[in-house]
Amino acid sequence: MKREGKQQVWKDYQKEIADNDYYFQRSCIRQNFFPGSEYAFLKILREELGKNIYDDARQTTCTGIGYHSDIIPFETIQTVVARHFALMTEKGFRNFVISCVTSFGIYSEIFETWKEFPEELEKTRYYLKKATGREFELPENMTHASDIIYKFREEIFAKRKHSLVNAATGEPLKIVEHIGCHYAKIFPRKGVGGAEFPQVLSGMIESWGGEVVDYPERRHCCGFGFRHYLVMADRGYSVANSRKKFESMEPYKPDAIICNCPGCTMFMDKWQYVIAETDKKTYGANGNGIPVLTYEELAGLILGYDPWDLGLQMHQVDSEPLLDKMGISYDPDLKYTGSNGEKMGAPMQPQFIH
Amino acid sequence: MAISKCITNRDKVFERITSDVRYKEGLKSCMNCGVCTAICPAAEFYDYDPRLLLTTVQTKDMDKIEELLKSDFIWYCGQCMSCKTRCPRGNCPGLVINVLRKVSQEFGYFTESRMGRQQYAVKRTVGENILKYGYCVHPEAVKPELHPEQGPVWKWIFSNRKGLYDRLKGNYNNSGPGTLRKIPAESMNELHSIFEVTGGMRFYKVIDEYSKKKVKEMGFEDDEKNMNQYFMHVYKDTGE
Repeated sequence: MKREGKQQVWKDYQKEIADNDYYFQRSCIRQNFFPGSEYAFLKILREELGKNIYDDARQTTCTGIGYHSDIIPFETIQTVVARHFALMTEKGFRNFVISCVTSFGIYSEIFETWKEFPEELEKTRYYLKKATGREFELPENMTHASDIIYKFREEIFAKRKHSLVNAATGEPLKIVEHIGCHYAKIFPRKGVGGAEFPQVLSGMIESWGGEVVDYPERRHCCGFGFRHYLVMADRGYSVANSRKKFESMEPYKPDAIICNCPGCTMFMDKWQYVIAETDKKTYGANGNGIPVLTYEELAGLILGYDPWDLGLQMHQVDSEPLLDKMGISYDPDLKYTGSNGEKMGAPMQPQFIH
Repeated sequence: MAISKCITNRDKVFERITSDVRYKEGLKSCMNCGVCTAICPAAEFYDYDPRLLLTTVQTKDMDKIEELLKSDFIWYCGQCMSCKTRCPRGNCPGLVINVLRKVSQEFGYFTESRMGRQQYAVKRTVGENILKYGYCVHPEAVKPELHPEQGPVWKWIFSNRKGLYDRLKGNYNNSGPGTLRKIPAESMNELHSIFEVTGGMRFYKVIDEYSKKKVKEMGFEDDEKNMNQYFMHVYKDTGE
């Protein structure tokens, strides 16, 4: 195919990403397990890129985890989503930015439902008005937060303190990317590169000097399974899926895993610990796990933010092997300290994984 | 919906399934190719087959559909929605699953299967988090004894949560914007009101009522102590 033809095909896999003036929808899981990531995202947009983004105290969960574990009626989640659109509308924004991949799938599903079944939109408007007195406009642009980082990846790299290059050898670091099922599998046109050629994370990795690992189970689910993880009895489903991915990526010796979805980040971090505890099996070098980072944490490291300000101490698998390879200096004594440098103890060291 | 009104009227059950927009969207025209089953992570892990699911629903045979609604089969799907990407006809078995699970709970079939009964545990954890905190997940609710897989780092976070979230520029349990802020009372009131108006609250009650009915069928009083034991049972019971 001629280059022009390829470019035309590639256009079909692009999405419009607003340039400025964003309304930010936070993520339950990201706030709980990776709070430094949302902080870093807002800091990067405001201080590094000079963008306007609104963080609203009034928003709640979208209820998405409850919806996909089937305790939340469709009418209820549609109306909760509509309330968030109402809050956006009232503040004068039209560009809705979503921090969570589950939420991104939810908002996309509801948006498409309203297009295909206008009566659902009317019903939701009625419910929202009755329940809260609020009214709403639809967003003009709806993106996942990673889309914004992807859009400005070159601007971020221009301000870099570090890159995805092994500081000792000069070789590109080998990075596994995991975009999360609900980013593009449900509505491929809503993800950069679609479901076939997802570019959102690989674009960041390549722009920042790294090499993307292409391994057989690259697109397999992390195994969250919603209800399967929420109930202790079924967590085997979740760990088995992550394990399938680890086994598949292991031969490629990745230096890190970068995730789009906060849930996937958490599972690929925690399940490495569980597999080590149960089977004494680790997937990184020298008994280490493979560090698992969010894309905001990675962007923060590129920009020279302190690893403990980004919250890397909250990961079960140590991130230090990646920091060392990137040539990032850090103070191990500050890893488990509070705002004023006070000691807060330290987690028990697992027997089989670091 | 009160239990006394939940007569398992088969026409009503089928009408409830087919009138849901997610059913219309999820099952357009299945040609039984089985691509959904080939891509499905749950089919790899469980004795699950989304192709069979769609075939069964399309038979309109209420004996078979009722059997489905009472079985573990509809609870195997992990909701990754990989089936949606790959179906050549644009179907989405995962979406049909959402409808079947909803109807299974509305009509009380869910307590007939081990995995269906787990809905009581999901409602008592994530469901109650939503109404209590305004978050699906909240640090205070991720108790290490219920989450050993979270490992020693989470145990440390859990013990130092206020100091740590402050360290990471959060706004833990405080007013105003920011990470893990306390959701304002007016917003919580609006969330509760949405649940009342749209049937979310009623649906929680349905799950509770049928779960209590199950406990009684098992020969126990549905008092708080027994319901707590039932919660732990369904939360941990692997069926082995």
